[in-house]
Amino acid sequence: MILEVEAVSKKYVHAGKTAHALKDVSLCIEKGDVYGIIGLSGAGKSTLIRCLAKLVTPSSGRILFHGNDIAHMDKTTLRTFRKNIGMIFQHFNLLSSRTVAGNIAYPLEIAGVPREEQNRRIDELLGLVGLQEKKEAYPAQLSGGEKQRVGIARALANNPEVLLCDEATSALDPKTTREILDLLNNINKNLHVTIVLITHEMEVIKRICNKVAVIDKGTIVEEGLVSDVFWDPKHPITKHFLQSSSHDLPEEFFKVISGQRKLLRLRFKGKAAGEPIISQIVKTFHVDANILLGWIDKLKTLIIGTLIIELTGESENIRNALHFLDQNAVHYEVLEK
Amino acid sequence: MTPENIDLAFSLLPLQLCNTIYMVCVSAFFAVLIGLPIGIVLTIASKGHIKENLKLYKMLETLVNIGRSFPFAILMVALIPVTRWIVGTSLGTTASIVPLTIAAAPFIARLVETSLKEVDRNILEAALVMGSRTRHIIAKVLLPESLPSIVQGITLTVVNLIGYSAMAGLVGGGGLGQVAIQYGYNRFNTFIMTVTVILLIVLVQVVQWIGNGIAHRIIKKRGKIG
Repeated sequence: MILEVEAVSKKYVHAGKTAHALKDVSLCIEKGDVYGIIGLSGAGKSTLIRCLAKLVTPSSGRILFHGNDIAHMDKTTLRTFRKNIGMIFQHFNLLSSRTVAGNIAYPLEIAGVPREEQNRRIDELLGLVGLQEKKEAYPAQLSGGEKQRVGIARALANNPEVLLCDEATSALDPKTTREILDLLNNINKNLHVTIVLITHEMEVIKRICNKVAVIDKGTIVEEGLVSDVFWDPKHPITKHFLQSSSHDLPEEFFKVISGQRKLLRLRFKGKAAGEPIISQIVKTFHVDANILLGWIDKLKTLIIGTLIIELTGESENIRNALHFLDQNAVHYEVLEK
Repeated sequence: MTPENIDLAFSLLPLQLCNTIYMVCVSAFFAVLIGLPIGIVLTIASKGHIKENLKLYKMLETLVNIGRSFPFAILMVALIPVTRWIVGTSLGTTASIVPLTIAAAPFIARLVETSLKEVDRNILEAALVMGSRTRHIIAKVLLPESLPSIVQGITLTVVNLIGYSAMAGLVGGGGLGQVAIQYGYNRFNTFIMTVTVILLIVLVQVVQWIGNGIAHRIIKKRGKIG
């Protein structure tokens, strides 16, 4: 266990009113995880990652780094903690007064790394993030994606165990977002850096996270492996995030729902995708199946297929068809609206 | 424009111009020496900053406000005993440096505070996460990040000091101000008055031009202009 959040709450008192940014939040982050925390703006995710970075002190509860409470650390332990936590930001937060090399040098300088060692490390990191030719450029001369690469290089300068990502791709376009996420994925795999990220985009979770926590109004409402949460989301907020990340069916399709016409969402994973379920129900129960939408979600560890179909036929036949799906343990949901 | 006047101008003005430049430069130097640290402390001790200390902040702020609320003419006279104690006399260019420094220091402190507070809080946050100590944040983040703005502030102060130094001439402080009073005003010498005024205008222009040039170069080097 590399980071543990134990019953952390954070209250802000403003103009006599108390606002709870976090309420009794507990999380366990293990070595090697890419742990995603997803929530709408104002849900408290930003406060949570700031607590982890020791930028904000919780009102109650503890945060443990390798079993040590980060609120009560002596100078040496605190220095080790700081050295082992890197952080990247939505707006990159680079020093405009320093070149790319200078920005990456900053954490090395303050850690007292000798000059030659600094230069060697800077070149190594520039190679890692693919920015060798921008070494002497200033941040104002870089694109958003390049700035975030500098941010990543800077955060990794002192070989941290954990990388905290504060909405690191929210200010980037989709293509650059994918490139940065792939880079983070490589860092996790090859350098064995544990990553904790906060985001409001399901795409980010899907692409690189193995675990996810959904946060709403300061509390964790759902938590677990990304594959489990994706397969069977429980909380409305989670469903909301999943829906907004996929495809919407036009309203008109919901208007004609009746006993003889139902909308179904079928989900398949792994082997189940190979079985001809739809043609079986069509043949056996004399119903018509019209495929409206279909897509595949590629998670880090699992591929999940989704189909939205329209079943039409006699009410009795449709009931039997649904019964057949139940018996065959097909994961489906009858859509209503 | 008689030959005597031109002779007079040549015998007076070069020396007094040098005196003015000497007063302004030395007092600007000391004012920065005093004002810069006060400006830094005002920044980091302010609410929500890295070393919040509201008592210290209030105290320094009051001090700065008192310093800034004195009209220079009054400050100069009020400080005569202090000047005597430090320089040994209250007359001449060196003596003027004391009130000039004391007038400019709070001004610099305020300008530095304003400049440093413009540094994005998120950048400070990033620096803190990396384990920066206060001295790192001051020397490697706050000052370099706001350098163009500080240069502009110091330029403004120097321009103000040129104005103040002319006022110091009123009470025997030397420099171009004294020439303007003694010859231009007391002896109705319009020629000397005009030349003195032109010299002051040119001096201010040159200072502003140098200051803008330095600030612009820093900004350009950092890639913020085309």
